[in-house]
Formats: sequence, C-alpha cells, structure tokens
Amino acid sequence: MSLSQADVLAGLKEIVEEVAGIPAASIELGKNFTDDLEVDSLSMVEVVVAAEERFGVKIPDEKVTDLVTVGDAVDFIVNAAK
Amino acid sequence: MSQRRVVVTGLGATTPLGGDVASTWAALLAGKSGVRLLTEDWRELLPVHFAARVATEPADQMERVEMRRLDRSEQFALVASREAWKDAGSPDVDKERLGVVIASGIGGVITLLDQFDNLKEKGARGVSPHTVPMLMPNGPAANVGLELQARAGVHTPVSACASGAEAVGYALEMIRTNRADIIVSGGVEAAIHQLPMAGFAAMKALSTRNDAPERASRPYDADRDGFVLGEGGGVLVLEEYEHAKARGAKIYCELVGQGLSSDGYHIAAPDPDGSGVQRAIKFALANANLSTKDIVHLNAHATSTPAGDVAEANALRLALGKDADQVAVSATKSMTGHLLGGAGAIESVFIVKALQERIAPPTINIENLDPAVTIDVVRDSARKLPDGQIAALNDSFGFGGHNVVLAFATL
Repeated sequence: MSLSQADVLAGLKEIVEEVAGIPAASIELGKNFTDDLEVDSLSMVEVVVAAEERFGVKIPDEKVTDLVTVGDAVDFIVNAAK
Repeated sequence: MSQRRVVVTGLGATTPLGGDVASTWAALLAGKSGVRLLTEDWRELLPVHFAARVATEPADQMERVEMRRLDRSEQFALVASREAWKDAGSPDVDKERLGVVIASGIGGVITLLDQFDNLKEKGARGVSPHTVPMLMPNGPAANVGLELQARAGVHTPVSACASGAEAVGYALEMIRTNRADIIVSGGVEAAIHQLPMAGFAAMKALSTRNDAPERASRPYDADRDGFVLGEGGGVLVLEEYEHAKARGAKIYCELVGQGLSSDGYHIAAPDPDGSGVQRAIKFALANANLSTKDIVHLNAHATSTPAGDVAEANALRLALGKDADQVAVSATKSMTGHLLGGAGAIESVFIVKALQERIAPPTINIENLDPAVTIDVVRDSARKLPDGQIAALNDSFGFGGHNVVLAFATL
C-alpha cells in the first residue's frame, strides 16, 4: 500500500493533537517534535504506537530518535508503506 | 526558640457530595447521601452494586489532554489542590520552602488493571508509556508538586485508610521542623473498580444493602453491615503561622498536634480493646498541649462496619473519659462513603469548616443507635458548637493497625 505525504501529514496531525493536545493547525513538516511542539519522550512513544496502528507500518525503536521533525516522521512512514 | 506553629490557610476537595469544598460542605450539613447505584455492567459480578462516586467528574474540571496521562487519583489530587491553592491566595512562596504531602491508600489501581487488560489484548506495545507514572502511589503528590514546582520535598505516606491523615500529620512536622513554610497536604483515592471492590467484598467489609444504597452507610446504627466505597480527595494548605500573618493570609484555624500509634494486633481487624487508638488520642492531646476538656467535636473514623464502629466508640469513651459527654461526634462517612486514603484528608477539611462555622455535621442513617455506642453522636441534623476557644479531633485507622489522630483548634 502506498500513502501520500499529504495523507500521512493529515493523520499525524490528528494523532499529535489527540496525544499531546497540540492544535493540528500548528503542526507542520518543518516543526521539531521536542523543541517546537513540546512532545515529550513518553508522548512520542504514544505517537509512534498510534502511527503504526493507523498507517500499518513498523517504526523500530532505534529509528524513533531519528524522527526529529514532523517531516522526518512523514517521510519515514511514506517510505515504510511502499 | 518556641515551636513553629502551623495554621490552615487553604482548602480544596472533590467528593461524592460536591466538586469543591463549598458544595460538599453544604450537602454535608444538609445530611445528603453521596452513595448511588453503579451504572457499570460489572456491578452484577459483585455482591455490592453501589458506591459513592464523585459528584463532579474531573472531565468537567480539567483539560482532556492533561487527563489522559493522569490516573483518576491524580486527577482528583490536581482538582482539589488547585482549589486549595487558590483558596490560600496562590501565595508567592520560595519554592525551596514549599512542599507537598499527598497520600493515596492504593495508588493508581484503575490504571494498573486497565493497562493489564491492554497488555493481554494488544501485547506489550499496547501498554501506555504513562502507565508507571500513573499507577505509582506517589503520583498524586508528584503531579501536584510538579505543578507548583515544590522543592522542599514531595512525600506520600501509605497506611491504607489512615493515609490521608498521616499525610496531614507529616506536613505538620515538616513545617514544625523548619523544612518548609507551606505544605499542600491531603489524600486521594480512586478505587471504584470491580477488582478492589471484589477484594473488599471478599473480606465482608462492604455493605450489601443493594435495595437502599443511600441508606447503606450507617455508622453506629444497630443494623450496619459494612462500609460503602467512596472516591475523591481533600487538600489542606498548611502554613507556618508567622509566614501566613506576614502575607495577610486568611487563617481558618491551627493544626495543633498529631498522635500516631499502631495496634500490633491483626492485619485488618480492629483491636477490640482499642488501646492503640487510645494511645494515639493521648499522644495527640499531649502533642497539641490540650486536655480532654478542650475537645468539643470529633470527626470519627466510623466506617459503618460492625466491629470497627464499636471498637472505636469504646476507645473514644475510654480515652476521653467523662469529657466525652461534651464532644459532638460526627461520622461523615454516612454521607461520603469511605474514601480510604482520602478519608482522613476530607474529614480534616470538614473539621476545619466545623471550627470555622462552629457547627458539627450530622450522621445520617442511624435508625436505632447501637446500644454498645456510649459516645454523643450528632444524629440527623447538624449541631451548633460552643463559642470561645475550641478544639476538635479527627481520628483515622488503616488496615495494618495504623492509628492517626489530628488535633485542630481555633486561633
């Protein structure tokens, strides 16, 4: 199954809003999860697990530290779903 | 140097009678019951179909995102602490002189059990990363400490149903010994779930009066058949007297002393001889520099169990002697149910309000007073307390044989 970048971004926005309470409108590709969105390490685990379920992909723990920005996460998920 | 005095400058609560102190206190004086039939299907698995849920859900008092990473007990702690802190005038205090002591008898048991369900259903990946901070019994204190940035120490005494009172007493000592100037203290509990309820029911500790839940909690009544599980919590802001005066704080009353003892008798049954309770009362009076003649009101532990109420009443009679005749005893669990680790805290809030307004809340549901009870129970309607300098006691006991008595007095 392939996913578009727009679909993944829209889905991630919903997840981050649900988990961390950050308004979807302020979530953009260039935003840093930790510094810009204040998603802490525990909430990041929730985001990852929710994204795996939603997009049907595996995000290995050792890759999570590489997902610094929303764009990193979107790219990873789009590639993983190919 | 004379001993540092400790006063109460703020109150907060969320209880089966109301979402704050004012609504709870009004319902308490009016003799209302907070006990209701449970709406969950699982109640049918149990011999007990009712409990005393909080009157106002935390969802109506806090943000959804904040709630989802907090156990229900932690939600209660934040709701009550925010009210208490605001009531104290949101004091501008040196954070290194600010502490938190908030107890829970059982901790985040609902989180523990819900996450175990997740584990069984979805595997380890399905377990929330917030599980441990939510289930740890120090979670309520820790979250309040974080919010207020308290840096003098954040503590959680655990002694089952005496936990809330023990927390208030621990806070008293922290201020007396100059570790802090202000402590946010209290206790919470959120254990209305089929497992803890089944456990208490297996001990035959709970009332099974399913046909009349609001009449089930009946301390001192001859037909009492067990306690009613409640939830919620209470918080008191304790402050060093000179500190409170210097900032022009509203002062409710003074927390003048505490007495602690243990039974060394049985893991759950009260010592029928009540010697541990008597010693705790004597220690509290001595610690507070009071005599039995000074006490005009007592908020009893009185959970509505057949053995416990009489053992306590006998111990009170023996400890207070003839002076027990002028002590108005209120058993407020007749209205709130038993909040376990929150009980000693909300009952301390009630004592503070009773001293402030000079009125003792009623004890409801006593149709026939147990003839073995020889203390002066305030029945049916609230009773006026005397004018002048007065003092009151709050006693709390926990499974394990823990006895805690707190003494409060007008300034």
